[in-house]
Amino acid sequence: MQKLDHYIPIVGENEISELKLIAQKLAGKKIVNVNSTSTGGGVAEILNRMIPLLKDMGVDASWEVIKGGEKFFDVTKKFHNALHGKKESIAPEDYECYSETVEQNYENISLESDILFIHDPQPAALVKERKKHDNRWVWRCHIDLSERDEQLWNFLKPLVERYDAAVFSAPAFAQELLTPQVLIAPSIDPLSDKNKELPQDTINEVVSRFKINPERPIVTQVSRFDYLKDPVGVIQAYKMVKPYVDCQLVLAGGSAADDPEGAKVLADVQEEAGNDPDIFILNLPPTSHIEINALQRASTIILQKSLKEGFGLTVAEGLWKGKPVIAGAVGGIPLQITHKYSGILTHSVEGTAYWLKQLLQSPDYAKKLGENGKEHVRNNFLLTRHLRDYLLLFLSLYHPDKSLIYL
Amino acid sequence: MSLKKAASPFQFVTEVSLTRLTTRKASNLTELLKHLSEVSGSSIYLHTHHFLKQHQFLSPEPPNDFAHWVNSALQDERLAEKLASIDTVRFTTIRSLREKIIQTIQVHMEKNKSRRDAPPGDEFRFMQAVSFVMPTPFVAWDLQEFSNALKKISINSLYHHIFEARIRGNQDSNDFFNWFAHELGEIQLAQAIAKMDPYTQTLEGLRKRIITQVDKQIREAEHAKA
Repeated sequence: MQKLDHYIPIVGENEISELKLIAQKLAGKKIVNVNSTSTGGGVAEILNRMIPLLKDMGVDASWEVIKGGEKFFDVTKKFHNALHGKKESIAPEDYECYSETVEQNYENISLESDILFIHDPQPAALVKERKKHDNRWVWRCHIDLSERDEQLWNFLKPLVERYDAAVFSAPAFAQELLTPQVLIAPSIDPLSDKNKELPQDTINEVVSRFKINPERPIVTQVSRFDYLKDPVGVIQAYKMVKPYVDCQLVLAGGSAADDPEGAKVLADVQEEAGNDPDIFILNLPPTSHIEINALQRASTIILQKSLKEGFGLTVAEGLWKGKPVIAGAVGGIPLQITHKYSGILTHSVEGTAYWLKQLLQSPDYAKKLGENGKEHVRNNFLLTRHLRDYLLLFLSLYHPDKSLIYL
Repeated sequence: MSLKKAASPFQFVTEVSLTRLTTRKASNLTELLKHLSEVSGSSIYLHTHHFLKQHQFLSPEPPNDFAHWVNSALQDERLAEKLASIDTVRFTTIRSLREKIIQTIQVHMEKNKSRRDAPPGDEFRFMQAVSFVMPTPFVAWDLQEFSNALKKISINSLYHHIFEARIRGNQDSNDFFNWFAHELGEIQLAQAIAKMDPYTQTLEGLRKRIITQVDKQIREAEHAKA
């Protein structure tokens, strides 16, 4: 299990000492996180990493999960999709099922805790029970709400407005709400398999296993095979650059077995790639963290040519490896890259090709972008910053309406 | 060696902040101006200062958020340059800094009639800072203790004493200047610190320069005694 002190070599002793200093101010407060699953999915992954670290700092943090039947989770899956902007038909009985199931959980959740930190819509309605307890409630929304379904939001909004604060991952996700809203970006864990330092032998082994030539430039995009990640556009950009620079292209994505659209995207990608031996389309299982890490570390340039993104943490992962990253200026990506300072933002296939060629031919500038990008991630997108934001969020609940707080 | 002891020690504090979202957004200069005159001081502060901490390793640093947005979303390089060159260090209050930004945009709009809208999704979104200030274990009674502590404090602590204490505390100069000048009577050192423009160098670069100045003063004091 990770300890907070394991992060000292990465972020420095000062950063960790400050975290402990802030954590002391929460002494005596019991914080309960509530979500809908203990395994699988991004929220469970974050909580699995954060709860032990919060405890390591002496914060009384715990994690509880609401229970529901198959119908409840079918309904909340529809909620999730509709909040993401997908057309869903949500019937009145779906809303009833949602409310009734959450009510049945009142007895199982420690609603008397000092701070209730409720994640995503599934347990959001627990707040209806708050009148019985003199405590603080925060709703943490991990979803991109910028194109949310209006009808569903009208149902959720009065619930959210009963919270003391609502937390979103990007400025564009902010809503018209009576509740104060806080920006807390997601983060990557520098000690996870996907991001930890790797021995050169491991990197060499992975590159050689996929028959990629380490002597020639490697351009990589890591993302599932999805039209919104524009893998076909990536190949088109590569083709524009290839006559000038003898590079290789790696498209490393997740398995598309259970996703009919994913299979079609993969087929389109294979067709666009033709029989170019320098294009490597790697359909990897979801547990290939070390392989992804090694491929990113072996790369000359990393692409993330997304057309739409939630936050796009693969950009932070690429930057953390000190690589120059060229990415689409969408979703949370501009928060991670300041154009021409810590990476490159593009809007088209041509723009991506232009910058790809530029960076391949200007290794010094590309190196500087990579170094700046890594420092930007170190300061803003590592788990330790995320922990600090959560601690400050909890403290801010006891100082509403203040912008300068002396602790 | 005995250096002059202060009557009151320098207590290093640290500052960390949380970002609050607002629903205010601007698609063009007219909307930007309207919000600029209405938003809280902590919003102006965030958009003119947060890049100092977020991009602390970069020099030259990216400009303030307004200049960056005017350049990238409105593609108005001329105004962006004017906004980026606002000499933040000269302003001792958020109010005067806000007025300068507003005036810069107004003057530009009078001379340039073209009005461009940002592409959808690229609107300027106003946020505001909630800052938390806490004491650290570092305390200095003389220059040597000050120099030792300055080598150890966090970037957040340095940031607070240089930027936050000055502009949000409505002080003429930063905390270091005040302690050197008023507690130790080290006027020359205080003036050397006051002359530095903290907005055009990285925080680590600034730390090194201040330590160099303080250590130089310590050596001179030792020399004078010998």
